[in-house]
Amino acid sequence: MSSSTEWPLWEIFVRSRRGLSHTHAGSLHAPDAEMALRNARDLYTRRSEGVSLWVVPAAAITASSPDEKDSFFEPAGDKPYRHPTFYDIPEGVKHL
Amino acid sequence: MATRRTIESNEPNDRSGGSLRSRGTEMATAAAQKAAETEPGGAGSTAARAAEQQAAFDEAVAADERIEPRDWMPDAYRTSLIRQIAQHAHSEIIGMQPEANWITRAPSLRRKAILMAKAQDEAGHGLYLYSAAETLGVSRDELLDKLHSGRQKYSSIFNYPTLTWADVGAIGWLVDGAAITNQVPLCRCSYGPYARAMIRVCKEESFHQRQGYESLLALSRGTQAQHEMAQDAVNRWWWPSLMMFGPPDEESSHSEQSMTWKIKRHSNDELRQRFVDICVPQAESLGLTLPDPDLKWNEARGHHDFGPIDWTEFWDVLKGNGPCNDQRITQRRRAHEEGAWVREAAAAYATKQAGAPRADTAATAHGEATA
Ligand SMILES: [Fe+2]
Ligand SMILES: [Fe+2]
Repeated sequence: MSSSTEWPLWEIFVRSRRGLSHTHAGSLHAPDAEMALRNARDLYTRRSEGVSLWVVPAAAITASSPDEKDSFFEPAGDKPYRHPTFYDIPEGVKHL
Repeated sequence: MATRRTIESNEPNDRSGGSLRSRGTEMATAAAQKAAETEPGGAGSTAARAAEQQAAFDEAVAADERIEPRDWMPDAYRTSLIRQIAQHAHSEIIGMQPEANWITRAPSLRRKAILMAKAQDEAGHGLYLYSAAETLGVSRDELLDKLHSGRQKYSSIFNYPTLTWADVGAIGWLVDGAAITNQVPLCRCSYGPYARAMIRVCKEESFHQRQGYESLLALSRGTQAQHEMAQDAVNRWWWPSLMMFGPPDEESSHSEQSMTWKIKRHSNDELRQRFVDICVPQAESLGLTLPDPDLKWNEARGHHDFGPIDWTEFWDVLKGNGPCNDQRITQRRRAHEEGAWVREAAAAYATKQAGAPRADTAATAHGEATA
């Protein structure tokens, strides 16, 4: 009798206060975007944890594969010169 | 391997090289799950590949890194997590029943509002945990079905009745207290989504415990009859609360492997001892006693000794013979069945809306700013 009409999965992003970006908080099931928003409010902001919510259909997310993590992110690995700490600056030089 | 350490990073301004990856791996989509499983691989290299994956997993666990949904993990690790998280989720939602029993009869509007907020939190905890379980590739329907058919369990503590209002206080203090003792170490569990769910849960639990303690304190300091009611509730909930930590270490079937996998961080007996040591002074401040004549401070051990636990009772309740097993599961099934039309109507409405032209705000997205 309970037909398998499982509601789709949504990923929930919460902006905890103005000035911060939305951060992934978790996921939930809801029949549509509007209900996802309402459920997200009740589930992830019961204690004023947010001032703004995004709900995204989980199926719409494309993620990089964990298997290719080394090769995929490798290009950044040998470029320490992209970090300020790479550079030697004489003692006493200020504002740099 | 400097890039390894950023897996758990949620810092918005993390400046280290590889931090982008942590965002992507948070996502726990069923589609992603499938993609990972259907990875192509030559037949010859399969064994070498398996060994490599196992080694990477062992290394990550040993280094206290988190395993994320799309990482390779041993089947037994996955199964064990599903069992534990599902049982945990079921406990949260079944756990609403004994307390909900008193919502309509709470002695004041203040207590009623508090109790409703607590019950709503427990529903939320259930949902956090079901989501965490789903990242392992089981569906919500499947989990609920296993609960309803008795193929997955929930904590036996909820098979005891709430006979008086004081039981609500005793549950908050002792049952939520024991749950917190269990859950705090789970915040460092090796499986990322479970650990993150537990962090949210633990933040919310401390209100549960404090409201229970406050409520019991009011009764304990009230009339003689109120004091006796509080004492009676503590007498009935104390031993079942100690059983919440599970069987003694030498009889606990899952413990050792769970510790190796860093799903669990402390043994059942260790956590039980910690809980007893915490409760003894708290009971004193309440002006109530704990129903154990053998309970006393052991200077040499630096812990309280306590009397033997009636494990026959524990196994009996677990088998289904507790005072409320039938009532709890029957009520859960009924709620699910009676809610079927709501779920179906909402799904039908969503389908209908999806066909109609959209007039909502999402149609006017500006880059980052639907906000
Ligand atoms: Fe809870
Ligand atoms: Fe709780």
